[in-house]
Amino acid sequence: MQQVLRNEWLLTAIVFLPLLGAIVTLALPKGRPAVVKMWATVIAFVTLVLCVYMYAAFAKGSAEMQFATSRPWIPSIGVSYHLGVDGLSMPLVALTGLLTFVSILYSWIINERPKEYFAFFLLLETGMMGTFCALDFVLFYVFWEISLVPMYFLIGIWGGPRREYAAIKFFLYTLVGSVAMLLAILALYFSYTGPNGKHTFDVITLITAKPLAGRAAMLAFWAFYLSFAIKMPAFPFHTWLPDAHVEAPTAGSIILAGVLLKMGTYGLVRFNLPLFPQQSQECAWILAAVGVIAIIYGSLVAMAQSDLKKLVAYSSVGHMGFVMIGIAAAAAPLVDVPGVSRELLLNAKVTALNGATLQMVNHGLITGALFLLVGVLYERAHHRNIDGFGGLMVKVPVYAAILIYVSLASLGLPGLCGFVGEFLALLGTFAIFKLAAGLSVIGIVVTAAYFLWMLQRVLLGPLNERYKDLMEINALEKWAVAPLLILIFILGVYPAPVLDPVNAAMDHLVRNLMLF
Amino acid sequence: MTSYVQKIAWLIPLLPFAAFWIILFFGYRLRKASALVAIAGIAGAFGLSLPCFIAMARGHDPVNVSFPWVQIGRLTVDLGYQIDPLTAVMLMVVTLIGSLIFIYSVGYMTDDPLFHRFFAYMSLFACAMLTLVMSNNFLMLYVGWEGVGLCSYLLIGFWFEKPSAMRAAKKAFLVTRTGDCGLALGIFLLFYLTGSVAFDPIFDAAHHSHIHETLFIAAAILIFFGAVGKSAQFPLHVWLPDAMEGPTPVSALIHAATMVAAGVYLVARSYPLFQLGGEHAIALSVVAWIGGITAFMAATIAVAQNDIKRVLAYSTISQLGYMMLGLGVGGYTAGVFHLMTHAFFKALLFLGSGSVILGFHHEQDMMKMGGLKKAMPYTFWTYFIGYLALAGIPPLAGFWSKDEILHHALEHNFPVFLLGAAAAFLTSFYMTRQMYLVFGGEQRDKHIHAHESPFVMTVPLMILAFFSAIIGIVCVHGQGFHHLVHFGQEPPAPFSLSVAGISTAIALLGIGLGWKLYGQKPLSAADEDPLLKIGRLYTFLQNKWYFDELYDTVVIRPLLRSARILYWVDQKLVDGTVNLVGIITIILARVHQLFDTYIVDGCVNLVGTVTRQMGFALRYLQTGSVQSYLCVLYTGVILFVVWQLYTGQHFSCPFLK
Amino acid sequence: MIAVHHYIFLSAALFAVGIYGVIARRNAVGVLMSIELMLNAVNINLLAFARYVTPTTLTGQVFAVFVITVAAAEVAVGLALVINVYRNMDHINVDDINLMKW
Repeated sequence: MQQVLRNEWLLTAIVFLPLLGAIVTLALPKGRPAVVKMWATVIAFVTLVLCVYMYAAFAKGSAEMQFATSRPWIPSIGVSYHLGVDGLSMPLVALTGLLTFVSILYSWIINERPKEYFAFFLLLETGMMGTFCALDFVLFYVFWEISLVPMYFLIGIWGGPRREYAAIKFFLYTLVGSVAMLLAILALYFSYTGPNGKHTFDVITLITAKPLAGRAAMLAFWAFYLSFAIKMPAFPFHTWLPDAHVEAPTAGSIILAGVLLKMGTYGLVRFNLPLFPQQSQECAWILAAVGVIAIIYGSLVAMAQSDLKKLVAYSSVGHMGFVMIGIAAAAAPLVDVPGVSRELLLNAKVTALNGATLQMVNHGLITGALFLLVGVLYERAHHRNIDGFGGLMVKVPVYAAILIYVSLASLGLPGLCGFVGEFLALLGTFAIFKLAAGLSVIGIVVTAAYFLWMLQRVLLGPLNERYKDLMEINALEKWAVAPLLILIFILGVYPAPVLDPVNAAMDHLVRNLMLF
Repeated sequence: MTSYVQKIAWLIPLLPFAAFWIILFFGYRLRKASALVAIAGIAGAFGLSLPCFIAMARGHDPVNVSFPWVQIGRLTVDLGYQIDPLTAVMLMVVTLIGSLIFIYSVGYMTDDPLFHRFFAYMSLFACAMLTLVMSNNFLMLYVGWEGVGLCSYLLIGFWFEKPSAMRAAKKAFLVTRTGDCGLALGIFLLFYLTGSVAFDPIFDAAHHSHIHETLFIAAAILIFFGAVGKSAQFPLHVWLPDAMEGPTPVSALIHAATMVAAGVYLVARSYPLFQLGGEHAIALSVVAWIGGITAFMAATIAVAQNDIKRVLAYSTISQLGYMMLGLGVGGYTAGVFHLMTHAFFKALLFLGSGSVILGFHHEQDMMKMGGLKKAMPYTFWTYFIGYLALAGIPPLAGFWSKDEILHHALEHNFPVFLLGAAAAFLTSFYMTRQMYLVFGGEQRDKHIHAHESPFVMTVPLMILAFFSAIIGIVCVHGQGFHHLVHFGQEPPAPFSLSVAGISTAIALLGIGLGWKLYGQKPLSAADEDPLLKIGRLYTFLQNKWYFDELYDTVVIRPLLRSARILYWVDQKLVDGTVNLVGIITIILARVHQLFDTYIVDGCVNLVGTVTRQMGFALRYLQTGSVQSYLCVLYTGVILFVVWQLYTGQHFSCPFLK
Repeated sequence: MIAVHHYIFLSAALFAVGIYGVIARRNAVGVLMSIELMLNAVNINLLAFARYVTPTTLTGQVFAVFVITVAAAEVAVGLALVINVYRNMDHINVDDINLMKW
């Protein structure tokens, strides 16, 4: 406990160090990009080290908020500077630290306006970290929006040919959701009056109080849902994703798929479930349906893609579907089944939610690596058309091996981390929504089909003569992707390091949820 | 002994795994030495498996070791391994045959530029397969299950530059994965019912649960679906013949001896679930019927194939069907026994065919072969033993196991027995046809100069031939195998002369027909296959009952089409809606802009304009000339005074009064 | 007998002449002189009323002296302005002195 208290500044450091770095980046000399890159890398690395320290110091078996810090910010309207992480957010914070570092390392190839680029990237990191750590709705909202702006510029300035369209679509779409969420937050704010007669924006207080009821709660539930579903993105709000991915620079894609999407699922678990347990129970079947549609629809549409990045983007839609059904299963009402104990069903719910959370982390690692690899290929070939390659394995065996490895992880091969998340999510979901789990399994086969088909068309077969001089993956790219590859394997074989903290938090959450 | 087994057994899968990593990272430097590493790995595993097997054979208690893996909710999921007689038999099959095939591969793959990669994959396969058979829970079994599927994918597509190879690899992975989904669902269902993934608690719960017996049976059938995919049973058998695109040692190890038998192993392992329902166990009848149909169907197709490996592939499917049939009719021991004998003689046949292919310069068409007996004597004689074993001629291995299966079938399920008997007849026929086409008569394509393979290949053949010849009788002796591997209190199948007579007669009949068609007058280069006389049936069989075409029309094309349609929907409808909202917003904004410019801003400007115009008008009054102001001023004063003078009463001036 | 209204009529006439001069003259010096006329008309008025209404006090006379003083100062300032205008513009036509007019 004392240890936890002593680390009161840790989260603040993690959140604001990148911001400090961004400000300093702007002051660095313009003519020397290497200095800027080195500085950004150092900042990202220090943040990562802090994240690792946070992970190490985290009390894994506890469901409490740790490293919490709370200071009044705008006391007159009940806004406080309240940060803290539990088993749900801690892995995501660590993931953000890792993926930002990897992205910045990979971004050494950026030579166009590097100062602004790295400043935006570090600002983005602040936004993402803050979103996961904030325990005050105003703070959360501010960070949520902060993370939007740099990404808008990253796509809009360093993106592909249709970057403006994609950037605006991304920005506006997310903003629509945010506004709905803001209204819901205000509804929560005004409906709760504390013992001292004051309203508050404090998340923990509001979760404990659950001030909304009836139709207002239902509206607020869907407002939150809209915001998070767009971010996730859940069917049918997913169409910004392929555009944004295709146009975003590689590092932007890594962050977009690896972290920004998780903000949506994180929000669902953090806010929707505990704030509106009643409404979650009533609407759980809708969430499950959306998840199943996302899985099948996403993987089928991915199959029809000829652009590598779009394929990965749609695969994300499918993979986030597994998160969705896991969440839905956890939210569903507890129906007694003869011969199956209540405890077993509760456990199944926890399992589903564990799987969903694990899937968030795993998807971040895997898809981050996939986008990086697509970027590597794009750097060399200047196109991403799947049918335009062929037989590359002969020329670039190491690259091919890595791509196959990551694709296999993505299609859920046991022993690699994608499997554990999906398997646990389905394992738990099956106990609650049998049909949904059964249908989702179709998605698994189709996912395998399109990944193998993609590998076949890009890597296997006779070599396309255009690429007989293709360069092998270089040292920088290898180093950038290596941590992801290692984690994919470790978490696939032994997920306990991530699963233990997640489990503690999820167990606590599900049991509280079922009291209603 | 038991504690010793406990201490070392976990190393068994790790040795090949270590070999895999070593070759993966140092393969380029190791070159040919990587084969040594791989062989050391698998041979080490064999060395460790042997004491396990001996311990089991001596009747020691099974070993079951668990360790906590993760905590989910308030349950701890344990993983672990177990060594019981069934596992011990599988370990022996995998490591012994695996070692021989690894050695053989050194000769077969010697010229391949990716030599080391081959051994890396093979080692990984061995690791996954050993994990599969040693697991004491469904989760690790599933991990191994998918792992062998992956290795199968990598090895079928080993010559990835060949389009047919990579297509076959993809097909194999996807078809088996379809089955795996059934297995996964079965595991989900079992977890739902029992809250566990480990075998023992699940089987206990299944045994004691009467409320959910149907669900447990459903789980058994789902699990069997996984086995159908992996063991290439009807209707998911289509991948196995195509898998022959892989190097021949792969076909022998993965697609004949071990991996495809994993499905049979799985059914045997989950037998307590299948057995639920007593005498009329539905799950078991499903297994029996699928097995019987597969055995018969694959045998008919094998008759009409001309590729030496494809004949063996269909033969494998047929024999796997046989094993399933055996398990399905209650012959637990018989099914597993056939698994073991088949592993030996089918590995032998595949390696023999590999030797033929290598000696025949990678030509696989049997119609071009003939008379290879002279050129390849070692291959011929070993192949001949494998052939007799497969055909079921006593006292070779295949006879004993097949006989036991037929015996059980006759007792429990007569229609399935008929399917099995027909399959047995067809088996001995197509094998005889193959023998005559490959080794008998004269070579039909004279351009190819056949030669015998090196000793590194023929020695494993001889060892396997030795086992194929004796293993049956050794195991049957004193019901030895039955005492080792049995389920519950199942009585040993009594050896019945009449059944043995029938099965031998069937085998001889097939051989006789084969001799009549192919042996009596050897086929010359100009002759056509006598089977062509059966006309359309032959075409039907040669096209494998048109299963590929069926799946192509029913599954693959609709899937691809729906993918394209959905993509269109996504682009035009879903994204279209989003863009439409955007466009409408823009149009509204334009309209708003017009309103704003001309109406709102118009009013504002109007006020300004009016003021300004008035100012302009009034400017003329404001001359700035003081004189004109004064003029106006005094005019005003005068007018005021005059007005007052004439009208005003209030204005009083004392001087004017 | 000369009564007060005679003085008033004289003063009014003189004042009217002054007004006419101020309004009609275009020469700035003329305007100044007309102003002096008007002031003198006022002085006549003051003296007349002082003589006839309050013969015992000297209020009117004192007022007249003040007016004469102020008029002198005014002429000094006014002529200085006129001279400056003449120096800058070469004329003293009041209609054309409109530089600051909008």
